[in-house]
Amino acid sequence: MKFEPINTPDKRFSPIINSKQDCGCSVPEKADSISGAASIQAPYISGYIKTATGDIPQVYTVLSRRDKWETVKARMSSFRMSFTVEPGIYAAGNPDENSDVIVTANYKMSFDTVRRELNGMNVWILVLDTNGINVWCAAGKGTFGTDELVRRISRTNLSKIVSHKNVIVPQLGAPGIDSGEVRRKSGFRVVYGPVRAKDLPLFIRNGYKCDAEMRRVRFGIADRLILTPIELRQIFAKFHYFALFVLIFFGLTTEGIIFRDSIMKGYFFLAGGILSIFAGAFFTPVFLPYIPFRAFTMKGWIAGLVLSGGAFYISGVFESYNIFLVISAMILFPLLSSYMAFQFTGASTYTSLSGVKRELKIALPFYISGLILSFIFLILYKASDWGMI
Amino acid sequence: MIYLKDITTLQVFPEKCTGCGRCIEVCPHAVLKLEDRKVLIADKDRCMECGACEKNCDFGAVSVNAGVGCAAAVINGIIRGTEPNCDCSGSSGSCC
Ligand code: SF4
Ligand code: SF4
Repeated sequence: MKFEPINTPDKRFSPIINSKQDCGCSVPEKADSISGAASIQAPYISGYIKTATGDIPQVYTVLSRRDKWETVKARMSSFRMSFTVEPGIYAAGNPDENSDVIVTANYKMSFDTVRRELNGMNVWILVLDTNGINVWCAAGKGTFGTDELVRRISRTNLSKIVSHKNVIVPQLGAPGIDSGEVRRKSGFRVVYGPVRAKDLPLFIRNGYKCDAEMRRVRFGIADRLILTPIELRQIFAKFHYFALFVLIFFGLTTEGIIFRDSIMKGYFFLAGGILSIFAGAFFTPVFLPYIPFRAFTMKGWIAGLVLSGGAFYISGVFESYNIFLVISAMILFPLLSSYMAFQFTGASTYTSLSGVKRELKIALPFYISGLILSFIFLILYKASDWGMI
Repeated sequence: MIYLKDITTLQVFPEKCTGCGRCIEVCPHAVLKLEDRKVLIADKDRCMECGACEKNCDFGAVSVNAGVGCAAAVINGIIRGTEPNCDCSGSSGSCC
């Protein structure tokens, strides 16, 4: 174990924040130090605190510009690009053996939110290894779970660092944590904290009590809006398949592929594709509560129908384009939008597995027959374009 | 916002309940309530089957078929013939 000079975090090199291209599902073996994180250095570490079990890194509770920039990047990039923190125990402020222990995930954004909200307090932060995934999602997968919590409590020697037997676990971690088992295996009692880290100080001041609102998960417009860039990015990552198909299909003439035709005739179809993605992956999430029906597939279909229908109407597509092409587009685009909106169930905070399964069961026959139908109309269009009918 | 009607697999067994209140504490959508120190379902359609209540009840008084309400996970599961799984090595879905 090599101890790096205290108080001089190396700004140029950080072994902790790695922008991994793979998701890090396979847990790399990490060398365990006595306190779990004693030898690490990172830009968010301000120094070390001496305890019975060794030096424990102390973190800044005010976020640096770099931390904020990483949050922006994490929001924009797909989740495969993970920003992680070394699991272990950290100090916020100057905690002692009576201080509270707050548990979080080793997703950089979760960790940053927690330490920012704890500014001015003296607490321990216990970071679990969730492969760089946030608390709620990791709890759903079980990586933020009973076993990892028990393991981390023992590896960090928590019972020697604090004299009490409580750990404050975010409520959103509860789907992964069996609090009874944690107590039996580690001796520590799980106290469920509020859903949002910003309520932590109030929760502690109130004697570890949440009011009903602090326990509720909300899905307000800001929550929904902030999730759309990732959604759009993932879809546009596959858009070139659609674009390629459109270019080839519309360029196809009896004399081979003519790209002037691709552009002239195909651009309305390309624009329709982009519009339906926008309808399903942006418009629907943002206006979620105002679009009729509860099923995401229906919401997306309606948004797609209204937006693409409206845009085509305004731009005169209905009068100037071949009827087969228009029918094909009006079948395809609302369905595309519906599918995009359906994907947003993954980002939403209130959809259930049974509900998603039922939606899929009902929507799938429509998706398949719709695709076939719209393709048939495309062929009919091509046939009439070539003067065959 | 409420998802589909009458779909949740949530069940409660008030006779086993000790009234400790743990399930109510962990539920993110205030689905459960206590009446005469026995658990009851207050708002069925808000349940998202996260499984927190079942996992944290020491007395087996709540049961739910827990899982993630994520389309990509369900579709992945069907394609691979496994349980719905938001496998983070896939590139679709933002549930994880
Ligand atoms: S956790 Fe179990 S025992 Fe406790 S109130 Fe809920 S159902 Fe009853
Ligand atoms: S499964 Fe989740 S949402 Fe449903 S009642 Fe239990 S804790 Fe609440």
